[in-house]
Amino acid sequence: MAGALTTQTQYETVIGLEVHVQLKTQTKLFCACSTQFGVEQNQNTCPICLGMPGVLPVLNRQAVEYGILAGLALNCGIALITKFDRKQYFYPDLPKGYQISQYDLPVCHDGYLEIMGQKIRILRAHLEEDAGKLVHAGAAGLAGSTHSLVDLNRAGVPLLEIVSQPDMRSSEQARLYAETLRNIVRYLGVCDGNLEEGSMRVEANVSIRPLGSETYGTKTELKNMNSFRSIQKAIDYEVARQTELIDSGERVIQESRLWNEATGTTASMRSKEEAHDYRYFPDPDLRPLEISPEWVERIRQAMPELPLQRLNRLQEEFGLSEYDASVLVELKELGDFFDEAVEHTSHYKALTNWLMGDITAYLKNNHKNLEDTRLTPKNLALMVQMVDSNQISSAIAKKILPDLIETGTAPDMLVKEKGLIQNSDESQIQQICQQVIVENAEEVAAFRSGKEKLFGFFVGQVMKASRGTANPEVVNRLMRELLKG
Amino acid sequence: MNEQSQEGALALHQRIQAGELSALEVLDNTFATIEKLDPQIEAFNCLTKDFAYKTAEEVDKAIKAGQRLPLLAGVPLALKDNIHLKGVKTTCSSKILENYVAPFNATVTNKLCEHMIPVVGKTNLDEFAMGSSTENSAFRKTKNPWDLSRVPGGSSGGSAAAVASGQTFISLGSDTGGSVRQPAALCGTVGLKPTYGLVSRYGLVAFASSLDQISPFASNVQDIAAVLQVISGADPLDSTSLQNVPPMDYLASLDKPIEGLKVGYITELLEAGLQPDTKAAIESAMKTFESLGAKVEPVSLPNLRYAIASYYIIATAEASSNLARYDGVRYGSRLNADKDILQMYLSTRAQGFGDEVKRRIMLGTFSLSSGYYEAYYGKAQKVRQLITNDFKNAFNQFDLLLGPTSPTTAFKIGEKSSDPVEMYLSDIATIPVNLAGIPAISIPCGFDQQHLPIGLQLIGPHLSEAVLLQAASAFESKTSLKNLHPQTLASV
Ligand SMILES: [Zn+2]
Repeated sequence: MAGALTTQTQYETVIGLEVHVQLKTQTKLFCACSTQFGVEQNQNTCPICLGMPGVLPVLNRQAVEYGILAGLALNCGIALITKFDRKQYFYPDLPKGYQISQYDLPVCHDGYLEIMGQKIRILRAHLEEDAGKLVHAGAAGLAGSTHSLVDLNRAGVPLLEIVSQPDMRSSEQARLYAETLRNIVRYLGVCDGNLEEGSMRVEANVSIRPLGSETYGTKTELKNMNSFRSIQKAIDYEVARQTELIDSGERVIQESRLWNEATGTTASMRSKEEAHDYRYFPDPDLRPLEISPEWVERIRQAMPELPLQRLNRLQEEFGLSEYDASVLVELKELGDFFDEAVEHTSHYKALTNWLMGDITAYLKNNHKNLEDTRLTPKNLALMVQMVDSNQISSAIAKKILPDLIETGTAPDMLVKEKGLIQNSDESQIQQICQQVIVENAEEVAAFRSGKEKLFGFFVGQVMKASRGTANPEVVNRLMRELLKG
Repeated sequence: MNEQSQEGALALHQRIQAGELSALEVLDNTFATIEKLDPQIEAFNCLTKDFAYKTAEEVDKAIKAGQRLPLLAGVPLALKDNIHLKGVKTTCSSKILENYVAPFNATVTNKLCEHMIPVVGKTNLDEFAMGSSTENSAFRKTKNPWDLSRVPGGSSGGSAAAVASGQTFISLGSDTGGSVRQPAALCGTVGLKPTYGLVSRYGLVAFASSLDQISPFASNVQDIAAVLQVISGADPLDSTSLQNVPPMDYLASLDKPIEGLKVGYITELLEAGLQPDTKAAIESAMKTFESLGAKVEPVSLPNLRYAIASYYIIATAEASSNLARYDGVRYGSRLNADKDILQMYLSTRAQGFGDEVKRRIMLGTFSLSSGYYEAYYGKAQKVRQLITNDFKNAFNQFDLLLGPTSPTTAFKIGEKSSDPVEMYLSDIATIPVNLAGIPAISIPCGFDQQHLPIGLQLIGPHLSEAVLLQAASAFESKTSLKNLHPQTLASV
């Protein structure tokens, strides 16, 4: 080659995400069956979601409302007229041989989310019914199994599919987009946003192109990412794989690829390219749905606070740092807890420290969620108040925290029960201090000859002797006076 | 044949109410008639004696208790075998559903139960209601009671033949492109296709969802009005059923005169392909309407000539989708279960469906395919709108439209079964009505030279059932063409 120079091509990553969120309605999208998770196989089924002959779908308006709510939060336009279409293909988990979805008139269109200072456009969000689940018997997966069983509990559960434009340029941005989306749907209360349980499913369309190019490269569709971390990892892997292919003069094949968490790789899902023709057409069993501006306005009025709004409010109203506020926003239940606790105390910073520090650590060590414990916002606020008013020391507060979390007993009761109320009685504390001085003559001599670091030792001894109840401020003052001699 | 059938369903109901006849006696008589006649006619796929007798006992108990019976209580009815009766097989005359037992009642069946109407059996049809002769049944060929070598029409041939032969007084069919009106015409009975959405489709096995409508047969107009009264009404289980339709009394206006009624005869339907005897009977019917004080004038619906093409694209597209659920996975027959999933699908559907059903699934699948959708399905929908507009324009000038129901009287069994297109063309007069979603009634208007009945079709605008029935009733009174049953059957 001329000049023997190898110029490494610089590539730009192009990512679009398709996110399915399972809407938290009580009943399925087109029948009255429960959407409850974890019941016995095929318990949540009826002739309608089993696709029996002669049944007809009836649209669940709550699902439409949730769809509109999500659309508004994603800055989408809401269709004045929306309709449902049949997406047709044969598979044993699809009872009717078609999925009722939305083709050309989705309920929401043209929105955006701001991620890392950049607008990620949202093409559309449409409603559709979920399919069932296959259980392969006699083997871990389809391969080698003797037969397959069909569980249709999930068939007909409402989904909102949110499709972004290919506007993301890094795996981190894609992960943040997915996390932000998760937070939004959780704040709206329309979805659990649980990737592991599958109530939120993310598929990534990934391609690369030479930096500065205007045309898109061939994309692959990544599936089976069960955590936000794996979304980022899968995209990173895929970008590296595509880069290697193109650099070595090969082609990227348009296909679906399955992320394997264990090996950290993606693998082609199908041996041969399947050009699906879904033969979409309007479902004649459902009339087009008119969405009145009044209906949309009612939904908009009832919209709960969104993550971004809470982030700003926590900083402005309670003076929290951006970091503290973001932690409380990220974990919605922590933020909700905070918002309830501030009804009972104005020590916001202390409250935040407890929530983000000891409480989070306790939950982590004990593998618990906040909502699984008996800790109430009021009890936590009371404890913060007791520390502030010197009724207890923070050491005692830490001591009673596990009981506060597990039993739900009020902090003043706990302190009383355990005899841990803070003692500020000067004569009593002075007595203890004097005893400590008498019992540690050597250390006293060392201190007085200049080893001032020993002061902490004396305080510790006093606290120990008082089982932590002595008011540390009083101890400090009296001890210093006594040691001066 | 059943002597009670000379009176009609309402008259019979009134005698039961008056205590002159018990519902059990009526039922005994009906099953005796069926046992005598049906081996020749083959209208029924199965009888539902247990259900019928249970209902009849309820009726007699109510009478004994001095209760006022609901409309048509105690009058035996035959149900097309694509409408569910819980606990009884719904086969759709298809091998693929040969052993399928309905797990729930259709909404119309629930209404029949509320009215204590005994369902005596499920009637034969063209497989999945696809056909115009009932020859496409996987199980049997129903005969026309007027000439056992001829077809009863279709697809609701069993329900039409059951009423024409006097086995039952009333029956229900389904009309997608004429599947009730055409067999009514060919069998000399009355058949009404209501406005789309007036009768719930819940529990009717779908052929073409945007066209299907459960529709009654009876021997006279009054009985048809009574059945419509029982089966119509909004249904929360059917999103396409019409909401906010004011409650109607279809029986109340039957006797009103029709003087001044403006009737348009559709010129396109009186032209090519019409049998001379049929044409003469229709022209005579026009004179009858004039004699009743109606104004009869010609009207043209220029887009009617595209109706068959449009219909066969839309109906087959919807059918190809509606029939995808018969895959052998959850119910119905399953073949090659020990092979892989594709083999199971292919064998189950290849063996389970008959030729006509497969033909329509393939047509529909093709017209919805990527690259063909706009040229076929998209265009067919536009034509459908044009036809609907033609009717709207006509109804700006006329109260009702008039024409033949079928271009010919009943044809011989096997005569058209080798040529599907010729069979499709025989639906020319009925199909446009389904495309427009409007109501129409077929009533007897005479006989051809072979003494085969001829049907007159009256078509009305959206929700004009009361006027349609009123006009049909006036015509019926004037001509006395009602409660027609072939006398030859009495000696069978
Ligand atoms: Zn269900």
